[in-house]
Amino acid sequence: MKFFNHLGLFILTMKGMFAKPENGKMYWKEFMHQCSEIGIGSLPIVMIISIFLGAVMTVQTAYQLVSAIIPLTTIAVVVRDSMLLELSPTIICIVLAGVAGSKIASELGNMRISEQIDALEIMGINTKTYLIAPKILASMIMVPALVILSVVLALWGGMIAGSLSGIIDSETYLRGLTMDFVPLNVYVTLSKAFVFSILLSSISAYFGYNVKGGALEIGRSSTLAVVVSCIFILLADYMLTFLLLNP
Amino acid sequence: MIEVQHLRKSFGEITVLFDISANFYPGKCNLIIGSSGSGKTVLQKCIVGLFQPTSGEILYQGKSILDMDNSERKTLRQEIGMLFQGSALFDSMTVEQNVMFPLDMFTTDSFGTKLKHVNEVLERVNLTGSNKKFPSEISGGMKKRVGIARAIVLNPKYLFCDEPNSGLDPQTSLLIDKLIKDLTQESNTTTIINTHDMNSVMEIGDNILYMYKGYKEWEGTNKDIIYSKNERLNEFIFASEFLQDAKQMRMIDAGHGSIPPTAGTNNE
Repeated sequence: MKFFNHLGLFILTMKGMFAKPENGKMYWKEFMHQCSEIGIGSLPIVMIISIFLGAVMTVQTAYQLVSAIIPLTTIAVVVRDSMLLELSPTIICIVLAGVAGSKIASELGNMRISEQIDALEIMGINTKTYLIAPKILASMIMVPALVILSVVLALWGGMIAGSLSGIIDSETYLRGLTMDFVPLNVYVTLSKAFVFSILLSSISAYFGYNVKGGALEIGRSSTLAVVVSCIFILLADYMLTFLLLNP
Repeated sequence: MIEVQHLRKSFGEITVLFDISANFYPGKCNLIIGSSGSGKTVLQKCIVGLFQPTSGEILYQGKSILDMDNSERKTLRQEIGMLFQGSALFDSMTVEQNVMFPLDMFTTDSFGTKLKHVNEVLERVNLTGSNKKFPSEISGGMKKRVGIARAIVLNPKYLFCDEPNSGLDPQTSLLIDKLIKDLTQESNTTTIINTHDMNSVMEIGDNILYMYKGYKEWEGTNKDIIYSKNERLNEFIFASEFLQDAKQMRMIDAGHGSIPPTAGTNNE
């Protein structure tokens, strides 16, 4: 029953977003601000995680796969496809649910508790359109961009780790990256990133916007936002993988 | 004028307001008083449209807010200014940006024109030179004044203040009361103030509504209140020791005795 209450309120919150902005210029400003918050704000953690993810994948693939009959280029092929199809979109979006999602939830929760949302309503501003829509739109643009950046950095991290440890030299690694490349994989990556971005931003915004109580509830709602976002990201991951890659 | 007719508000099974009817007049400071939990804030939030009443009517210039469509409600809200109990300033914006926000959103004026207007309003609330400070860098009294500046920057027809003096020292409270009174009279604003500060009641209460446990218990002016025979109201207003003198004064007026010297009074 509680699930359906949440679902109904979630749909109403999202539906309320679709209204004509009072002042396009102010909405654009807010959208750009959110792009910077979500995109630039999450950049350092995305860079660090991606580089190490690529490095670990290279070493681990070498440990599991390489033998006399399997060529070294396979390491790069496996790292590339794993990063593209699963690790970059899923891991990065789960991390972003923690970084950007909890920020969205706590920011909106704080605005709700301190009556800032009421103050905006009193001014005649549609708070769902002004506060939630720019966050979701900014996520839809910045999260796929971060995921693409993550793939590039992970592949670079893998190359550095491979050559530093002597597992695979850069030339062989780069040759492996271009072997048997399937463009559909990039489409899968972007599709996943796009869907996950909508999930993590809308779920976080929902929990933040509808928070009731005090400071304690802000913390609870942002934790809940991260947990629910992660669950839905994993569910959507399975469904998208099944739909897009099922032979 | 704002008219409230037979207003009732329930949250689930709990009823907070029972059959409230009242008129709030332009050019006057209309005070809603009552102890904590009496329903003042809920009543004010129903009047501004933040809460949907369970039953009853709220009329702005004779037009029901409940019958208004979205665009009419939006237009009305642009004529409303509200000062919240906790000021509700936008944390990420400076004082100047906070006050300029309604102008940015609803006017097409140039930045220079808006800045000039913001500075005029900040001067009006005695905050000249605080433009670049953030809400976290200013005192509670200053926050209230920034809240008032933001509320009046679009010259609202209706001004709502929820406990404007809570948490403030008596001097700052007097300053804010005077400011609200002046603004109300200058622009013929319909001002509704929620308070339980008796100084405010006596200072600016042109029209006072006393609430008790969700009911309207008494209505009158600051001149009538001292002589009211309503027991619950008397309990509320004479709860402060400092108002015992006023109570004694009332007894003398009624022919019950003479004024005894108050503690701390220098009779020499």
